[in-house]
Amino acid sequence: MDIALINPFLAAAKHVLKTMAGVDVRPGKPFLKKDDLAKGDVSAIIGITGVASGSMALVFTEKCILGIVSSLLGESYPKINDDVRDAVGELTNMICGDGRRRLAADGFSLQAGVPTIVSGKDHSIRHFADGPRLAVPFETDHGAFMVEVAFGKPH
Amino acid sequence: MAYKDMVVLVVDDFSTMRRIVKSVLRDLQFKEIVEAENGAEALAMLKSVKVDLIVSDWNMPVMTGLEFLKKVRADEQFKSIPFIMVTAEAQKDNIIEAVKAKVSNYVVKPFTPASLAEKIAKVISQS
Repeated sequence: MDIALINPFLAAAKHVLKTMAGVDVRPGKPFLKKDDLAKGDVSAIIGITGVASGSMALVFTEKCILGIVSSLLGESYPKINDDVRDAVGELTNMICGDGRRRLAADGFSLQAGVPTIVSGKDHSIRHFADGPRLAVPFETDHGAFMVEVAFGKPH
Repeated sequence: MAYKDMVVLVVDDFSTMRRIVKSVLRDLQFKEIVEAENGAEALAMLKSVKVDLIVSDWNMPVMTGLEFLKKVRADEQFKSIPFIMVTAEAQKDNIIEAVKAKVSNYVVKPFTPASLAEKIAKVISQS
């Protein structure tokens, strides 16, 4: 997998969460993910097409997303509900858009679909391509989340 | 026209973004804020509510923001309403397409409340 296609999405995650929610994020060590199990409580995945095909997913622990959404909307959320799921979808839209904009500046033209949101313990994420899935864990003051990116041959 | 006399239509399929935009508009003390989830719903709303400013997303199901913009500009009654596109679609081709469709201004997500307020002020002062 071309790392040049991945880094812009990581930079986008950092930029979007800081700009929209005032949340600082600290990236951890990237790793190749072998299974579909989401390491979190709520996720969104968005399909990507263009010069490369694949998908990007965000996976949040409950504590992390509740903190982020409270900062984003200025309202406290005790548990994951429709408002929180909607926010996960919009954050995914924005991060994917910002990442694609960074890639476009390097000559990579990509389009994106509409995010699909999934929540619940032990839910799974099925990426839209058969290629390797790179996962990057992030830490925030609210808790952990993960960015997953996969490019390759579409299913 | 002063903000306190103006009605704003906010269009986005995500309630999160509508809430964020509405919060900025409320702080700016607009008279009234109405909302729709897509271009088709927004178009129907224009026929029943007199709107002075439109703030719309681009990527939406049913009718996109760009299609909605084109319909607004093609309608004799609505064509002069200031129209701000707030979107994650900010590649050069997208901007050219929106400018060709006569968008009044363009706000790229992510944005700060101050940057949206600044674009609104610019658009209103030009209208």
